[in-house]
Amino acid sequence: MGYPHHPHPRETTVLSKHFGEADARTLDGWKKRGGYKALEKALGMQPAEIVNLIKESGLRGRGGAGFPTGMKWSFMKPGDGKPHYLCCNADESEPGTFKDRELMRWTPHALVEGCAIGAYAIGAETVYIYIRGEFTEPLHWMEQAVKEAYAAGIIGKNAMGSGKRIDVYVHKGAGAYICGEETALMESLEGRRGNPRIKPPFPAVSGVFGKPTTINNVETLVATAPILMNGADWYKNMSLSSPKSTGTKLFSVCGNVQRPGTYEVVMGFPFKEFLYDLCGGPLHGRKFKAVIPGGASVPIQTMEEAEATLMDYEGFVAGGSMLGSGGVIVIDDAQPMVTVIARLARFFAHESCGQCTQCREGTAWTTKIVERIRDGDGTVEDLDTLLDIGEQMTGKTICVLSDSCAVPVISGIKKFRGEFEALIQGRHFHPVTAAVA
Amino acid sequence: MTPDLVGGLESPDYASHDRAAHEPYTPVFTGDVKRELDDLLTHYPTKMAALLPALWIVQRERGWVSEEGMVEVAGFLDLTPAYVKGVVTFYTMYHQHPVGKYFIQVCTTSPCGICGAEDVVKAFLRHTNTGELGITSQDGRFTVIEVECLGACGFATPVMVNEECIESMTPEKVPELLARLP
Repeated sequence: MGYPHHPHPRETTVLSKHFGEADARTLDGWKKRGGYKALEKALGMQPAEIVNLIKESGLRGRGGAGFPTGMKWSFMKPGDGKPHYLCCNADESEPGTFKDRELMRWTPHALVEGCAIGAYAIGAETVYIYIRGEFTEPLHWMEQAVKEAYAAGIIGKNAMGSGKRIDVYVHKGAGAYICGEETALMESLEGRRGNPRIKPPFPAVSGVFGKPTTINNVETLVATAPILMNGADWYKNMSLSSPKSTGTKLFSVCGNVQRPGTYEVVMGFPFKEFLYDLCGGPLHGRKFKAVIPGGASVPIQTMEEAEATLMDYEGFVAGGSMLGSGGVIVIDDAQPMVTVIARLARFFAHESCGQCTQCREGTAWTTKIVERIRDGDGTVEDLDTLLDIGEQMTGKTICVLSDSCAVPVISGIKKFRGEFEALIQGRHFHPVTAAVA
Repeated sequence: MTPDLVGGLESPDYASHDRAAHEPYTPVFTGDVKRELDDLLTHYPTKMAALLPALWIVQRERGWVSEEGMVEVAGFLDLTPAYVKGVVTFYTMYHQHPVGKYFIQVCTTSPCGICGAEDVVKAFLRHTNTGELGITSQDGRFTVIEVECLGACGFATPVMVNEECIESMTPEKVPELLARLP
């Protein structure tokens, strides 16, 4: 639902049905809403059956990359004699994204259940939920839910009487965007600086503590319970478009829009109707200018591109961007694009771990140059320099933070070149002066 | 529209503004707190993995993570103090210097930036009499910093006051918020 607003009739609420219901946070309240039935069912199945069911459902990773979840789970070889680990990536830090925050603070037991299902399916006895340190409220509710689930015997030495051990621990991060990158998350969990690792080896071979590990996003794990209860076909059929994108997706909407919040729609929903109908359109007297549809790391869309987009993995690519994390940043005509892009570049410069030269230097150079243009001190050569640096930052580093910084800059210059040039030529941006309702 | 608050990419020079006297260090990990650490160690197959949680305990007990605190943690986890310092300096949330009684973090990343976060920062700097980011007010009550994305973008501008996240902050609401802090 469009939390904190009333659910919109065109939403399909599967994961977000109970947002805003304080009672759903407790074990009793969660059970009343059908909680832990899916886990009970899962524990009566063979792990391979669960993996196949998730494969069939077409569920893809909701953290950003969109990798098929069932396939990821199938990389964990049963009976290899090694301890397996499941890590839940709750380090949600991608600017524009706050869907996992809502999942954890309103339905913490849904995540505990999803973690337990995932752990059982991949043969893991230990789950770490890595939550960013700034998320004090989600941390509180998750710790509470884990405690309740232990006390009720749902998790622990003998999970729901199944004879299986499933331990779940909440691990608090300490302020680092990069720890949302899966290998950096594992490094951080081991008590190190959050420097991403070179792949291969992939986590399923050598992950946290050098053991086979699967890392899933919060929303992905939460989605497994309804799939178990309702079947793969039910999930697959919730799609208005490509058969490669199935189910519902949470989109967190922010920026210059009437009703910011977290919305849940089926894959393939028309983006134009989403923005104008569900989210209420632009603020009074303003017009939408651009959208960053999947968190700060994806290319900026012009409104022309956005309005023709269908909201799924393939649709956003066809629309010149990516689905990413589903963090929709809406930018209106009162915002100078160069200022927006400069602030994004600064974010990435701040968050670079500093391992790779292209990223450490590139993010800082990019920030300095874009800020110089913003302040009216840019030169005509600066745009070519930025594009050149951007190219050097793409596909050349251990992780994609470097690419993520180059993306808004390159797409911004490509799609809003006029605004850059106007500043360079000394024509300052004049925001519309319309009153905001 | 041009933000005039953000400086270089370097951290503010806290050290020259440290006013908290260095009191003699007393160990953090004794009694119940030591038992808490022992319990934490059972969560992980290595001692090192308890480093981030152990540092959180030091900060909870002392308000910041001093070098003495790092040495103490290193001792319990069989790490070198230099290693621990390397980790502490990587993460932004460990205070390496004492901060005000109320540590205020205002999100100014783009989604909040386009909703007026800069004005919220300015209001905090003015009403807390800190005047400058990262500097603690004379009465020791407030430290204000800008923070990168708090992950509450739909509730611009989110502000953390110590452990509490306050949503939808505006410049007008700042005096009221500060007045309710004990």
